[in-house]
Amino acid sequence: MHFAKLADAMNRNQIEVPSGVGSGVMLDVLQGFVHELRAAGLPVSMTENLDAMRGVEHIPLTDRDAFREVLAATLVKHFRHRRAFDTVFDIYFALYSGGIGADGEFGDGEQPGEGEESGGIPGQQGSGGSGEGLSNEELAEMLLSALMSMDREQLRQLASAAVARFAGMEPGRPVGGTYYLYRTLRQLDYDGLAQRMMERGEQQGSADDAPEDLNARFEREEFQQRLKEFREMVEAEIRRRLVADRGVEAMARTLRKPLPEDVDFMHASREEMQQLQRAIEPLTRALAARLAQRRKRRNRGQLDFRATVRHSLSYGGVPAEPKFKNPRPSKPEIMVVADISGSVASFARFTLQFVYAMAGQFSKVRSWVFIDGIDEVTRFFEESNEISEAVHRVNTEADVVWVDGHSDYGHAFEVFHTRHLAEITPKTSIILLGDARNNYHATQNWVLKEMREKARRLYWLNPEPRGYWDTGDSVVSEYGTYCDGVYECRNLRQLERFVSAVIDA
Amino acid sequence: MAERFSSVSDTVERLRTVDYLADTAIAGVVYLADRLEKPVLVEGPAGVGKTELAKAIAEVTGSRLIRLQCYEGLDESKALYEWNYKKQLLRIQADREHESDWADVESDIFSESFLLTRPLLEAIRSEEPIVLLIDEVDRVEIETEALLLEVLSDFQVSIPELGTIVGKQRPIVLLTSNNTRELSEALKRRCLYLHIDYPELEREKEIVRVRVPEIDEELAEQIAQVVRSIRALDIKKAPSISETIDWARTLLFLGHTSIDPQVIGETLNVLLKYQTDIAKARKELVDTASPTGRKA
Repeated sequence: MHFAKLADAMNRNQIEVPSGVGSGVMLDVLQGFVHELRAAGLPVSMTENLDAMRGVEHIPLTDRDAFREVLAATLVKHFRHRRAFDTVFDIYFALYSGGIGADGEFGDGEQPGEGEESGGIPGQQGSGGSGEGLSNEELAEMLLSALMSMDREQLRQLASAAVARFAGMEPGRPVGGTYYLYRTLRQLDYDGLAQRMMERGEQQGSADDAPEDLNARFEREEFQQRLKEFREMVEAEIRRRLVADRGVEAMARTLRKPLPEDVDFMHASREEMQQLQRAIEPLTRALAARLAQRRKRRNRGQLDFRATVRHSLSYGGVPAEPKFKNPRPSKPEIMVVADISGSVASFARFTLQFVYAMAGQFSKVRSWVFIDGIDEVTRFFEESNEISEAVHRVNTEADVVWVDGHSDYGHAFEVFHTRHLAEITPKTSIILLGDARNNYHATQNWVLKEMREKARRLYWLNPEPRGYWDTGDSVVSEYGTYCDGVYECRNLRQLERFVSAVIDA
Repeated sequence: MAERFSSVSDTVERLRTVDYLADTAIAGVVYLADRLEKPVLVEGPAGVGKTELAKAIAEVTGSRLIRLQCYEGLDESKALYEWNYKKQLLRIQADREHESDWADVESDIFSESFLLTRPLLEAIRSEEPIVLLIDEVDRVEIETEALLLEVLSDFQVSIPELGTIVGKQRPIVLLTSNNTRELSEALKRRCLYLHIDYPELEREKEIVRVRVPEIDEELAEQIAQVVRSIRALDIKKAPSISETIDWARTLLFLGHTSIDPQVIGETLNVLLKYQTDIAKARKELVDTASPTGRKA
């Protein structure tokens, strides 16, 4: 088959120019692109790769949006992966800004470093696009009016001019794109722009039939949306220049972002936190559905002797069809005990959120949080309608400081022992969360020993990479000897796997 | 075979003629599905027009829409085909008098006239152009997914007694999923993938205008703005496009020509279905909608 041969050639890195599939350059580019997607963690199969190649044959290569969508439709099969795809796409095709010419040349001849500010802005021609003819104030003024009228073409040119002037990019300088972005936006007073747009809007007396307050809200949202778009333009411009400077592969490597399910809880940026937040809900929903189904099918229940005999009468007394009792669903009871001191707070928050989002899968969920004191927080989850609200209250209202607000696992466990040990039943699974960094306090590991004896299972989840365990003041192994399992739990993927295993156990 | 769409922009325009406003992503994938003859897996929140898309495609291409609604417990006999065994029994009984030999009877009762076609087989055997919609495919068990694979990749069905029935034409096939579970890799690999999300302000406004033509531009804009505002809140279930349209109709019916907090307060329950969501939106949009009362 034609495409099989083609794939073969690709694998052996011998790319010829087969008729009908764009050109050799195109193939090369696509192959590199798919390679990069895989490096970013996206599963792209051979079939999908071939689909992409067949797909791009059917669209004009000058249509960048359609080109992007064709690749996305054939290569990305999960919406959570779309962002990662877009990042790779933007890098990979950063230089082909207008679209990809049939021969893989720059679509509209726009090459980095020379005359990118072609027209539109007076005084921008030549001289590396720093736009000397324009003062900073004039630039800011133009930006403001372009934002007000939402002239995208103008904005794109302004973004380009602003980057040239403010980012201070030098070839070969080993600085990430974020730094340049920050510099550019600060010079443009990005944070103040929304306010200035609001003021400008008032001067112009925008039409308002609706009451002022509601209108103002819409206006603000509209402006924020526009600013976000402008910010993306600046980012794209910076990326384009970086790619031109350092080459596609190097850039793709530095800008590679983990997929949401692989983001490390302990080092997540604010933006990644939001992503995680959004990823939790669908993930738990999917997991719950899967588990419910599995449970239903697995437990057949015991043989129902009476029913079997009764049924056998219709076969003349031959027990042809055995009957089973309806299984009683055995839902485990969960106790979560979480360290919420600074270093592991976000991990505890996500895990609590995750566990409560799955509360329907357990017969009962109770939770405690501690630093050096310990407090039961089940009430917050029972009182609040929303998990995020409850988690917020846990962080602000729980009484977890006993002496100095440094983690003391030993004391927390001791208190738990005196107050709650009696409540542990053979149906209870206990999950302990924390990095076991005990600040050299007494570990009181006998508490765990007793807990394990009473409970059905005792697990420990540690958000630290395995390599750091037992270094410094971490005593995870000492506690671990009394647990049924100690798991590294650094991202959603590991958390999901753990929860699914616990429910099954 | 004849191609249904000539280009991406042609797809956009023709879908528009049946009041479906597609963006580049949607139109691109539909166009590609036509050209590559591959099924499309459409995912996205409830009520963003996944099923509507299939209806729209059927309408512009002049095809019949065959719909297979998936549910837990769906099996071969409901999705593909079933032998009409009552009719088979009748045939055998009727035959007693004629004493024809067994081989004849057997080949007779396992012939097509004793076959009850279900949506998938019906789609394959159809002579006229069709669009096949497999709705909410995430509801079937993962094992049942397998029975779709042969249909999706080769558009054929193997029936042991009859052999393989190959489709006479390649219809456009759409599968929708609400993401209640992860679909199998095998299924995803056979499909193009399209994720439809809530629309941008402009598109939503246009959708409202197209679907509820009696509404003037200004009101449509306000409607879209309110909906965007609500979607930005942290709520359980964001309003879908169909709810936006319902809301627009409600406003029209009640005779409102512009939106103010009071109007929102009175009709919020059309957009939102959870009491906590309604309370939250009310707090944000109706009670504290002042320029300084920013949300976090």
